[in-house]
Amino acid sequence: MTTETLPRTVGRTAILTWPRVRPLIIHVLLAGAALVMLYPVIWMVVSSLRPGNEIFRDPGILVKDLRIENYRVGWNALTEPFTRYLLNSALVVLGAILGNLVSCSMAAYAFARLEFSGKKFWFAIMLLSIMLPIHVVIVPQYILFSNLGWINTVLPLIVPKLLATDAFFVFLMVQFIRGIPRELDEAARIDGCGKAGIFVRIILPLMVPALATTTIFTFIWTWNDFFSQLIYLTDPHMYTVPLALRSFVDSTSSSSWGSMFAMSVVSLVPVFLAFLLGQRFLIKGIATTGIK
Amino acid sequence: MSALSELGSLRGRKASGRKKDNLAGYLFLAPWLLGLFLITIGPMLASLYLSFTDYNLIQAPKWIGLDNFVRMLSDQRLHNSLKVTFTYVFVSVPLQLALALLLAVVLDRGVRGMALYRSIFYLPSLLGSSVAIAILWRQVFGTEGLMNQVLGLAGIEGKGWISDPSTALGTLVVLNVWTFGSPMVIFLAGLRQIPSMYYEAAAVDGAGTLRRFVSITLPLLTPIVFFNLVLQLIHAFQSFTQAFVVSGGSGGPSDSTMFFTLYLYDRGFGNFDMGYASAMAWFLLVIIGVFTAANFFASKYWVFYDD
Repeated sequence: MTTETLPRTVGRTAILTWPRVRPLIIHVLLAGAALVMLYPVIWMVVSSLRPGNEIFRDPGILVKDLRIENYRVGWNALTEPFTRYLLNSALVVLGAILGNLVSCSMAAYAFARLEFSGKKFWFAIMLLSIMLPIHVVIVPQYILFSNLGWINTVLPLIVPKLLATDAFFVFLMVQFIRGIPRELDEAARIDGCGKAGIFVRIILPLMVPALATTTIFTFIWTWNDFFSQLIYLTDPHMYTVPLALRSFVDSTSSSSWGSMFAMSVVSLVPVFLAFLLGQRFLIKGIATTGIK
Repeated sequence: MSALSELGSLRGRKASGRKKDNLAGYLFLAPWLLGLFLITIGPMLASLYLSFTDYNLIQAPKWIGLDNFVRMLSDQRLHNSLKVTFTYVFVSVPLQLALALLLAVVLDRGVRGMALYRSIFYLPSLLGSSVAIAILWRQVFGTEGLMNQVLGLAGIEGKGWISDPSTALGTLVVLNVWTFGSPMVIFLAGLRQIPSMYYEAAAVDGAGTLRRFVSITLPLLTPIVFFNLVLQLIHAFQSFTQAFVVSGGSGGPSDSTMFFTLYLYDRGFGNFDMGYASAMAWFLLVIIGVFTAANFFASKYWVFYDD
């Protein structure tokens, strides 16, 4: 099916009129664009299954003889087996998720439902903090965590999350809670529920979609995060996946693209799975807040 | 809808007559407030102080007044990093937004399989900031990389895109444009808000596709364009990972991918020149602040609010 032959067919048969052909052309263009976009990634996955010397010869994506050799080599190419880096990353990610879920939902409940003096002021500060570049705080934060003896531990990467520093999630949850009918709170209050009770029994169960969105975004961002992990984790034993990949690039020559790609693929699998499972939440999350 | 419009409308909201409960409010806010002061405002003030000092982490900070800022005036590498960053931001962000808008408009017209296309186009936004993709980019635009293999099929001789100072930044621009999916999703959400009766009325008047886009879609979408623009500018100014990994941390070749943030990292954490790095961080904040403010100011002339 090529687009060049289409105009002629349009003239000849009555079935292929412009309104019928147009969606077809749009589909061809969209599918083409989608293929171009994903091609490098698909090609990387295929290349990770090829012997190294073929990577430079073959821009195609057909696997003739599938080899997992690159994965075996890559897994053990650094000072620690890759399992170690995966576990380090998993620890950081789990801590970050837990921290964001607890602290951000508490702040969001306060902003969305409770009345207290200075609320508008703090809310504005919270919105502004979303736009603050990390560079303005990173040097003193480093000095602070260094003085606490936290360098080469996961604490600098987790503790800030326990203190709701990822303010966009606070905002996302505020938006969500605003959509929950206040009548439910009132009913619970009449039944004798306090503020904490309403939060735990009414709001939290109803805001599961917002919590899911937060979980998935925190997962992907923390998994991909490079800058803060680069700064706080300098001991190879503490390396997370992105740091391990980076030292892989620096320590090996380009002749080992195969194993480098293999480990890159390993590092992308969790992100891809989170994307598949959480698409609905991801799309809704960025549509309502613009976080990415 | 968004954090930006929330910020804009804060003034207008009326205080409700509900009974205040300061204790509960501040208890629930406690973790966030603690974080605000310990992790954000405290370090901000410390960073402001450090920007007026000479500090190498070992000796106590020495007050040197405006010296760091004066030094920035004659620092050629810093000027170069500004040039690189501005080029990157002003080339990649418009391209990225144009592509995002184009595909959002196409997808919004009820294409069958729209959800699948949307997901495929969105995926790179999630992968784009990872080290894995930066490694991939190194190969794709390398001398023997995928790009040159494909060009070779068409009989075009390629080159080392990443090792050539004139094209290295371009590869990073391509990488940023590639992540157009996230603004696209925001555009799609915005398109949903446009009442279909406007289009019906225009169709009755005989307006064609292009005319409807220019006269209805674009004006009604300007708040979203504005929102995406501010967001992507802030985001692009802070780019780091891709340039760091693609250049092997050096910002090379010949500093052609030395982003401002990369130079800041190099000063602060490569050379422990913490005072200077702090001064640079505040300069970055001012740059981003000025551009955001300028955007807000200019928005009065081109952003159209329906209500």
